[in-house]
Amino acid sequence: MCLAVPGRILSLHGEDPLQRTAQVDFGGVVKEINMAFLPECGVQDYVLVHVGFAISKVDEEEAKRIFEALDSLEEPVRDDSDPTGGEVA
Amino acid sequence: MKYLDEYRDPETAKKLAEAIRRATTQPWTLMEICGGQTHSIVRFGIDELLPDSIELVHGPGCPVCVTPLELIDKAVEIASRPEVIFCSFGDMLRVPGSEKDLLSVKAAGGDVRIVYSPVDAVGVAKEHPDKEVVFFAVGFETTAPANAMAVHQAKLQGVKNFSVLVSHVLVPPAMEAILSAPGNRVQGFLAAGHVCTVMGYQEYQPIVEKYGKPIVVTGFEPVDILEGIYLCVKQLEEGRVEVENQYSRSVLVDGNRPAQQLIQTVFRIVDRKWRGIGTIPVSGLGLQPEYGDFDAELRFDLANRQVEEPEACQSGRVLQGEIKPHECPAFGKECTPERPLGATMVSSEGACAAYYQYRRLMPEGA
Ligand code: SF4
Repeated sequence: MCLAVPGRILSLHGEDPLQRTAQVDFGGVVKEINMAFLPECGVQDYVLVHVGFAISKVDEEEAKRIFEALDSLEEPVRDDSDPTGGEVA
Repeated sequence: MKYLDEYRDPETAKKLAEAIRRATTQPWTLMEICGGQTHSIVRFGIDELLPDSIELVHGPGCPVCVTPLELIDKAVEIASRPEVIFCSFGDMLRVPGSEKDLLSVKAAGGDVRIVYSPVDAVGVAKEHPDKEVVFFAVGFETTAPANAMAVHQAKLQGVKNFSVLVSHVLVPPAMEAILSAPGNRVQGFLAAGHVCTVMGYQEYQPIVEKYGKPIVVTGFEPVDILEGIYLCVKQLEEGRVEVENQYSRSVLVDGNRPAQQLIQTVFRIVDRKWRGIGTIPVSGLGLQPEYGDFDAELRFDLANRQVEEPEACQSGRVLQGEIKPHECPAFGKECTPERPLGATMVSSEGACAAYYQYRRLMPEGA
């Protein structure tokens, strides 16, 4: 029920803050989404959408963090304690 | 799709599982709150990537599953009226009431419609001024802003033939109920990321302090869940107890303020009954008095109805992490998705449905 899907804003429409909408692209499927809760978002921003409403902006820098953190996690252990014997890589 | 595919990458998942393995020196029991997370865990086999000493128990975060039986019965009764168009999210249609579900009302000729967004139901009301249009407003904090907006717009636009049957639930009080239960086994939580996109995570600080259990705000994709587990295990192993945010790409500490404001305008906090669990104090939302005209329970005079739940279904114990779905004697026998005894077997996010779909062929004890 709390499913929310990330999509990219293609265009914004409307003046009334409660009814402002965006055309949002979800990997090729475009839907009209209510933007009332994210007044500051602009075209090209990625937003998380739930039941027709954008509820949060996806932060590009933060999105990379996990993959960067992972690289630093990995280093010290590569050679010695990999119980898979390297099969995984 | 960007921001989805990379969080399902099997290699990244394996690296994280390795990191968890290295960080773990003793057994830990963690609970993921949200049914969407439960579904990811079972579907992608995340629990099978973990060391045996880490147990994931599944939490109550499925609004479909916890909507009390009497609300389903009320929905069925309202939807059966000839003057009503009953609008709902699709997942509510097959939830069993005492006697029937909404789908059978529809099959018998009732006008029951699935809507994508609650504001669509307001549109239906405007198109059909001669009908009473009722929306089944269920959900957690994630869905509350959209449901609040539907009621707010109906009021602003003077849509008189629209009302909502509200069964809104809140996550933090349910976490407290689990932590304060005498048999609690949960040592750390993965909090529901999408709830936190709306609410932020300040309200978890007092819970962490009071109960001494870490809470990690966690997303829904396999890589998110594995990182959430990693952060939680690290805290436990290092003896730290904090609120941490794994899902920082979408969750801010304060959440979404405009959404919170609208929730507070339209809803107030009430005690709420959870299916299988019972009443949890201050664990739900009901309409503010100024929006009372939009309350379907008042409009159809059903407010005082109460229904006892049957005992065969163990969903309350499943939802509080006491048992796993396959430990319920009815699982896969008297209770299947085709003939469900409980809502956890119907909802796409219910733990019983997830186990049935992905784990039915699992050998005993696996
Ligand atoms: S398997 Fe069926 S009867 Fe058992 S807890 Fe799940 S929904 Fe209830």
